[in-house]
Amino acid sequence: MTVRKNQATLTVDEKKRFVDAVLELKRSGRYDDFVRTHNEFIMSDTDTGERTGHRSPSFLPWHRRFLLDFEQALQSVDSSVALPYWDWSTDRTLRASLWAPDFLGGTGRSSDGRVMDGPFAASAGNWPMNVRVDGRTFLRRSLGTGVRELPTRAEVESVLSISTYDMEPYNSAADGFRNNLEGWRGVNLHNRVHVWVGGQMGTGVSPNDPVFWLHHAYVDKLWAEWQSRHPDAGYVPTGGTADVVDLNETMKPWNDVRPADLLDHTKFYTFDS
Amino acid sequence: MPDISRRRALTAAAALAATATAATVVAPAATAADHEHPMPMPQPPGHFDEVYKGRRIQGRPMSGGGHHHEHGGGFEVLVDGVQLHVMRNADGTWISVVSHYAPVATPRAAARAAVDELQGAPLLPFPAN
Ligand SMILES: [Cu+2]
Ligand SMILES: [Cu+2]
Repeated sequence: MTVRKNQATLTVDEKKRFVDAVLELKRSGRYDDFVRTHNEFIMSDTDTGERTGHRSPSFLPWHRRFLLDFEQALQSVDSSVALPYWDWSTDRTLRASLWAPDFLGGTGRSSDGRVMDGPFAASAGNWPMNVRVDGRTFLRRSLGTGVRELPTRAEVESVLSISTYDMEPYNSAADGFRNNLEGWRGVNLHNRVHVWVGGQMGTGVSPNDPVFWLHHAYVDKLWAEWQSRHPDAGYVPTGGTADVVDLNETMKPWNDVRPADLLDHTKFYTFDS
Repeated sequence: MPDISRRRALTAAAALAATATAATVVAPAATAADHEHPMPMPQPPGHFDEVYKGRRIQGRPMSGGGHHHEHGGGFEVLVDGVQLHVMRNADGTWISVVSHYAPVATPRAAARAAVDELQGAPLLPFPAN
C-alpha cells in the first residue's frame, strides 16, 4: 500500500528515488503529457460553461485522480516511490529542505527567474520546458515575490471548518469548502501557493515544476482531513447539474471514473499521519 | 481529447473572423471604459491599445463570437500581436494563461501582468505544443 509522507520527513534515499523517477518520466516523454493535459483543462474550464478540473466541485476528485495517474507512472519506474506532500502552512520559508539542492532546488535568480541549482535546473540538462506558453525553456521560480506569505495554519483551520462541500453556482463565485480551499474565495489557500512559488507554477502549465505534485498532494490531504471532520457532509451536487460533474457522473479525460469512486482515498493510499 | 481539439479549431476560426472584421471596428478611448474594480454584473470591457514596458498590448471584442464557450466573454488580448489566452471569472475579474491563479480587475491589467511575467520573452501562440 502506498503511503504518502510529509516531504520534510523523507530520507536522503527517498528524495533521490523520487527525483530519479520524475527525471525518468521526463526523459521518456510521459511527464510532458501530464503538463499538456493540465493546461488543456485550465484553459477550457470556465465559470459559465463546462468545468471539470478547476473552479468546480470536481476540482478535488479530478486532481486526486490526476495525481494517482502520476503516482502510478512514477511507480512504474520505481515501485518504492510515493508522492510526498508539502505542508506549506508549516514549511513556509525559502530555507525549507524542500528547496535544497538534493531535492527540488531553490528559487530563481532575480534577473530572469531561472532556477540555478537542484536536479531540475536547466543547467543540469535534464529538465527542458517542452510544453510552454512562452519562449523560455528553463524552469523558473520566484518564491515569495508574487505574494509574500503562504497560508498559515490558522487560515487552513478556518477553511477546514466550513461544513458545506460546495454551493451553487458551483464555480469560482461559490461559497463552501471547495472554493475556499481552491482559493477563488476567502483567505485563498491553493491558488495563493501557486502564486507564491511563481514561475511556471503561476501559469496553466504549472506541472512543469515538480512542486506541483507536492502542493496538490497536500491539497488532497486537506480534503481527506475535511472529510474526517465533517463525516455527514458529502460531495455535491448529486445529480442533474448542467456543465458540472455530479457525484455519479464520469469525469473527462478518463470517462470511466466518477467523483463517487474517488471520495475514499484509502482505497489507493494512506497518509503518514 | 477530441472535445478540446474541436474547441481549438473553433478558437482559431474565431480569431480569423476577428482579424477579418477588425478594420470595421472603431475603437473608443480605452482609459474611460476600463473598469478598475470588479462589478457584480460584469460589463463588456473597453478596448485598449498601448505600449507597456516596451511591448504593445491590445484588447478588443472578438467579433463572430458566441458560438462556443469563449473564456474571455468574447474579448481577446494580444501581446505584440500574439493572442494571450484570457478568461473572465464569474465576479468580473480576469486571469490569463501566464498568471492563472491571480485574478486582476480588467483585461488590461491581465495584459500588463503578462508583460511583467514574461520579462521580455515572446508569447507563444496558444494552444502551444
Ligand atoms: Cu490544476
Ligand atoms: Cu493547482
